[in-house]
Amino acid sequence: MSNLVTNAGHTHVDGHGHDDHHHDSGEMTVFGFWLYLMTDCILFASIFAAYAVLVNNVAGGPSGHDIFELPYVLGETALLLFSSITYGFAMLALFKGKKNQVLGWLAMTFLFGAGFIGMEINEFHMLISEGFGPSRSGFLSGFFTLVGTHGLHVTSGLIWMAIMMYQVQKNGLTATNKTRLSCLSLFWHFLDVVWICVFTVVYLMGTM
Amino acid sequence: MANAHSHDSHDAGHGSVKSYAIGFILSVILTVIPFGLVMYPSLPKALTLWIVLAFAVIQVLVHLVYFLHLDRSAAQRNNVIAFVFAAIVIVLLVGLSLWIMFSIHTNMMAH
Repeated sequence: MSNLVTNAGHTHVDGHGHDDHHHDSGEMTVFGFWLYLMTDCILFASIFAAYAVLVNNVAGGPSGHDIFELPYVLGETALLLFSSITYGFAMLALFKGKKNQVLGWLAMTFLFGAGFIGMEINEFHMLISEGFGPSRSGFLSGFFTLVGTHGLHVTSGLIWMAIMMYQVQKNGLTATNKTRLSCLSLFWHFLDVVWICVFTVVYLMGTM
Repeated sequence: MANAHSHDSHDAGHGSVKSYAIGFILSVILTVIPFGLVMYPSLPKALTLWIVLAFAVIQVLVHLVYFLHLDRSAAQRNNVIAFVFAAIVIVLLVGLSLWIMFSIHTNMMAH
């Protein structure tokens, strides 16, 4: 097979996606990850639909208007947006081959992301300690499921990012690490896109 | 063939400091305005709702273009097709679910 043409700038053989450990296989991996993200979109869409159906069923408990604090949510949004742009800078450093810059930007992204999760855990803790946990009403079940699922995704992203920082530190900017960081980039920016929908549908529309 | 210049367009697909900065500034504007309109209500409620929804859609597009680097280049074509397909599924899923559930709600005269 002629799939040994691996130099950057060249291309490969038509339709042979199985030339592992080559540049093009990295692109196939990233495309596959994109397809996974599209299915994840559908997961979130289902949870959004469930939330929208349940949002008025407050069972005598609080509605969004009573419990949401928009300045706090704006803070969370800012952290996630900052983490998106710092990850972008990590990717720019990656393609310039600057390992230490990559590590620095990843560390900053991690801190912003951890700050976001910290704020979210604090918000959940306050709600639950006031008696407004997920079992209080249909609305709160939907709220905790939707916001919690997003939070779990961000947490997985943080774990992944910590692992990538270790791998970049240990093995450098190898082709494999580039592919993995590209996938994580998609994942991280995708979570910011989902958060736009969350703060709009849940917090802004809930407070209106 | 999309792969014929995969490397070049691959590099182009990573954006630049400038494109990330544009995306960031647009996102800040598109976030602050809806928050401001809801925190300090100054427009009719229905109008506020439409503005907030419109800004969310625009901001999603801004993220897709400036952060996720979706564009009309050959290298991105499959990503865009997959995204458009997912978007159609999402519209059907959410729209039809809400339609069914609220029709049931009305027809059962729950209240």
